[in-house]
Amino acid sequence: MHTDIITISQLCFQYHNEETGLDIPVLQGIDLTVKKGEFLAVLGHNGSGKSTLAKHLNAILTPTSGKVLVEGIDTADEKRLYDIRQRVGMVFQNPDNQMVANIVEEDVAFAPENLGVPRDEIRKRVDAALESVGMTKFKQHAPHMLSGGQKQRIAIAGVLAMQPDILVLDEPTAMLDPSGRKEIMQAIKRLNREQGMTVVLITHYMDEAVQADRVVVIDHGTIRMEGTPQAVFPKVKELKGLGLDTPQATELIYLLNQKGANLNPEILDSETCVAELLRNIEINR
Amino acid sequence: MLKDITLGQYFPGNTVVHRLDPRAKILLVLAYIVFVFSIKNFVGYALLAAFTLACIFISQVPIRFVLKGLKPIVVFIVITGLFNLFLTDGEPIFTWWIFTVTKEGVGFAAFMILRLFFLILGTSLLTLTTSPIALTDGLEQLLSPFKKIGLPAHELAMMMTIALRFIPTLMEETDKIIKAQSARGADFESGNILRRAKAMVPILIPLFISAFRRADELATAMECRCYRGGENRTRLRELKLGKVDLGGVLAFLLLGIAVFGLNFWLGPSVGVR
Repeated sequence: MHTDIITISQLCFQYHNEETGLDIPVLQGIDLTVKKGEFLAVLGHNGSGKSTLAKHLNAILTPTSGKVLVEGIDTADEKRLYDIRQRVGMVFQNPDNQMVANIVEEDVAFAPENLGVPRDEIRKRVDAALESVGMTKFKQHAPHMLSGGQKQRIAIAGVLAMQPDILVLDEPTAMLDPSGRKEIMQAIKRLNREQGMTVVLITHYMDEAVQADRVVVIDHGTIRMEGTPQAVFPKVKELKGLGLDTPQATELIYLLNQKGANLNPEILDSETCVAELLRNIEINR
Repeated sequence: MLKDITLGQYFPGNTVVHRLDPRAKILLVLAYIVFVFSIKNFVGYALLAAFTLACIFISQVPIRFVLKGLKPIVVFIVITGLFNLFLTDGEPIFTWWIFTVTKEGVGFAAFMILRLFFLILGTSLLTLTTSPIALTDGLEQLLSPFKKIGLPAHELAMMMTIALRFIPTLMEETDKIIKAQSARGADFESGNILRRAKAMVPILIPLFISAFRRADELATAMECRCYRGGENRTRLRELKLGKVDLGGVLAFLLLGIAVFGLNFWLGPSVGVR
């Protein structure tokens, strides 16, 4: 059941700096597969190349060398450009800069309109997309009257209306307040769990990456770490070396273990952290 | 403060006038303008006034909203009236200093004023009862036959839609920039016009930079959503001509017959060319 939906092999990308005349490498030999139905988080600090990687997934950028295959289609194949874009829905950081129309449902309809979907089918898709992000009752509203989290949910709905197989989100919560971030994470997780949507979340927030099935850490255009959150986050020292934080609970356990405690390092949230500490206290009594 | 600005001047409602298909409404307003300039006697204008008032009444738009559209051009109307009053040759009524008022002048001035008045009234009623989106949709469809001769109808409509969409966003942004610059001691309120204009520069530059960045991001987002111009594009909302539109056309047909009939039977009033 876990088939590969995206296969990236030896992906290199560089851009040409006009002023200095130099080629600047951004991605340097990325090998990565995304499995159908999984929730993958890509972590990295600013300038690590994570957004550039995201833009390769739906052929906004094409590789300088190497290959990206989406459901077997090469993203370098210009004839299949719209097949790829329809399969890989992309959501960006700033919800304001992704909206085209000044009525919510018109905006959600934008993608299926572009694809030439018949009118009745557009109606169905728009309603379903709004329903799955919980924004049905806002369908006649103007986007600028909504909160950041609501706007970003509309942006997600706008992409869902294409009926993509993969949802790529490039730091979708970076411009939102804490409640907005929560809304978006809940919406993403629900899509992943209930509709089996393959999700690739690009982020630099640890607490978001923790919720994924698998984490990939990239730095200077290469993959530095890969594995389940339980496997990646306890490597506190390595992560810090890459300019990344770890969840607070994981770091606490790490520091305690450094001081000689014997605690399970694979702890990612405060609740299990408390349970682990209590268990330790019981043992030492 | 800037946030309070309303988009266009749409006055929402669900009356027969609102429900007219935007395409039909645009064409009917064009017909209305033709009538306004074809009428040759005051009885015709009385009829047109009655018709216009009836339309306004049916649309339930408060009359002061409709009249507000006249405000910016009152000066223009007055000047046009005065020029025609004093500069028309004909049978003099009285002369004062270098000014001579003629019988024809009075008639023609009255006509010009009436024409401009009804022109604005009719077009105001269109924008008051049609949402900007419906107006854009209507224009796109009306202009689409001209695509064959290279008129980018879809692109024009898309540009209008995006402009409308970003007005509030950029307004908000302007507000933010003004506050940020004021916090750093910028002074926008004192000094003469030249100085105040200069003070706008630190607002406009960040605004332009941000607008370009937004445009760039929006273009990428649109590409991600498979935008490729107007070809083979379908629409969520369909414009359908219905009974209401037929009624509108019939009403205008009757008005047209009456207007041209009156022109024919009564002939032109004094001063009308």
